[in-house]
Amino acid sequence: MSTATEATTLRSQLRGTKKGRYADPLFKSLMTTAGVFVLFLLGVMIVRTTVDAWPVFQKEGFFGFLFGMQWTAQASNETTNPDLMLGTYGAWPFIYGTFVTAFIALVIALPLAIATALYITQAAPRRIRNSLSYWVETLAAVPSIVYGLWGLLFFVPVVLMPLFAWLESTFLGDTFLFEGPVRNVSYLAAGTVLAIMILPIMTAIIREVFSAAPQDELNAAYGMGATRWEVIRQVLLPRSTSGIVGGTMLGMGRAIGETIAVAMLVGGSQRMGYSLFFGGDSMAAHIVSTFADAYPETIIGLMAIGVALFLFTFFINILARALVWRVGRLGGDSAV
Amino acid sequence: MSNPANTTERPSVTMSTRELASGTAEVSEEIAPSNVVFSLDDVSVYYNKFRAVRNVSFEIAKHEITALIGPSGCGKSTLLRSLNRMNDLIPGARVEGTVLYHGENIYDEEIDPVEVRRRIGMVFQKPNPFPKSIYDNVAFGPKLDGVKGSELEGMVEEALKGAALWDEVKNKLKESGHSLSGGQQQRLCIARAIAVQPEVVLMDEPCSALDPIATTRIEDLMQQIKNDYTIVIVTHNMQQAARISDRTAFFVTEVNNESDTRTGTLVEYGKTSQIFVDPHDKRTEDYISGRFG
Repeated sequence: MSTATEATTLRSQLRGTKKGRYADPLFKSLMTTAGVFVLFLLGVMIVRTTVDAWPVFQKEGFFGFLFGMQWTAQASNETTNPDLMLGTYGAWPFIYGTFVTAFIALVIALPLAIATALYITQAAPRRIRNSLSYWVETLAAVPSIVYGLWGLLFFVPVVLMPLFAWLESTFLGDTFLFEGPVRNVSYLAAGTVLAIMILPIMTAIIREVFSAAPQDELNAAYGMGATRWEVIRQVLLPRSTSGIVGGTMLGMGRAIGETIAVAMLVGGSQRMGYSLFFGGDSMAAHIVSTFADAYPETIIGLMAIGVALFLFTFFINILARALVWRVGRLGGDSAV
Repeated sequence: MSNPANTTERPSVTMSTRELASGTAEVSEEIAPSNVVFSLDDVSVYYNKFRAVRNVSFEIAKHEITALIGPSGCGKSTLLRSLNRMNDLIPGARVEGTVLYHGENIYDEEIDPVEVRRRIGMVFQKPNPFPKSIYDNVAFGPKLDGVKGSELEGMVEEALKGAALWDEVKNKLKESGHSLSGGQQQRLCIARAIAVQPEVVLMDEPCSALDPIATTRIEDLMQQIKNDYTIVIVTHNMQQAARISDRTAFFVTEVNNESDTRTGTLVEYGKTSQIFVDPHDKRTEDYISGRFG
């Protein structure tokens, strides 16, 4: 009898307390719910936006919408029947404006970000290094409206306008890219301010990548009589490629999605021009600047731009991950 | 630490002559002036205000293996790095006194540290091959000098042979340097260092991350290449110093209780056979007989 009691006691001990038996599954289901909920929310967002935008895709066709050159807002009474819609919805001017401003921003920001990160990690004295890193991180957190205002009120009129006027007066002014007249709002003005906006985040990421390079390897190169430039060129940059690509893509994502500052500086015209001095519009900027007083029909068109914007960011992210993965695999270094 | 002077009986020395490297027999007590590679005079190394090494003076001879030994924190690695100006890369590091390399003060203002390191190579504690192929690791230095084509291939092969690694890697030169074992990686690093044909190779505890078999291979390698290179090695392992080196410099750590800082300094320098068999300084004797450190 006593042995039976002991066995029962041991058995009951081994079975554990109720708390222990139920806490883990409970926690697990909570986490699963949270994870699924995020996916669910994303799904609802995609489906809802696509459904709302559907009449435009029906009217113009998906590629007609993407590559159409004409965007004219018109009011109509019936907004869900594509046959009765009166406006024309070709989003290419905005898509072009988005990519041309983002591209300008990257071309300007990438070399500067790499150079700044190199200075911070490889050349600066410790005190400057710490304060510079701090300020770069801080700049990355400044709200974009501040950059936009600063660009509109100071940087563009005082710094960029004379520069642009000079560019236009050189032989470059004869090429289609820099054809005048020079306006105070343009792709180039928006792109340049965008460059300043994405510079801190790109610098911060690339700095992080450079700091992660093992000092051992750099020392090995120095120990062989390599100069600082040779160490950077032959050791540091090759092993940091994947991180630089990742930082660039993140900067590009920001540049594409950036709304307020671009809306203030890009121009706002619904047409497109090949000159960088042309004042066009970007996708995000067009949504924000026309949303408030749009006809119900036009809202559908803006929804369609939203869908396109989502698709572009989605594919750029996939491309970035693929690039980082590929470079990381070929270069033999760990992905950042 | 108890005062070693209080111990009355002198411990018998721990190392007999036959345990010492056989090749050390012909090492002369004095270094002929023509054979002096490094001449250190009253060298102190500072990290900002902190003095890591103080007042070190000794000479390093050509085509010999010189071992720097001593307890941790005695500044032997710091001193080693001051021989090819690697300390320049540490912010706040500063050298006082003179380090003469063939009579030239390498800390002279006109001296380019890059040229110094080109002649005085270095192998580090942890194997640190680049994330490149085996070939590109060894070719790195010669490429900096603009060597190309078949001449480059020849130099890579020669360096890998010199580091006793050629037979193991000749069929996989394109593979990553990181695919090798730890011991092979360290020999790859030695090959990389000697590929630029330096005169001196500094080794900072090159075997401390390796197993005994890999360690033996590196030690054999050092014996093989010492006819072509002057080697200065820092080691924690006294047996290693006794086995491979021709001369040994013994450092100790002096603790300053007031400022709670530790400064290393040279206690005794001489032929390895003398240091391990007949140490003149009580502290050396205590260290090599395992009393502290």
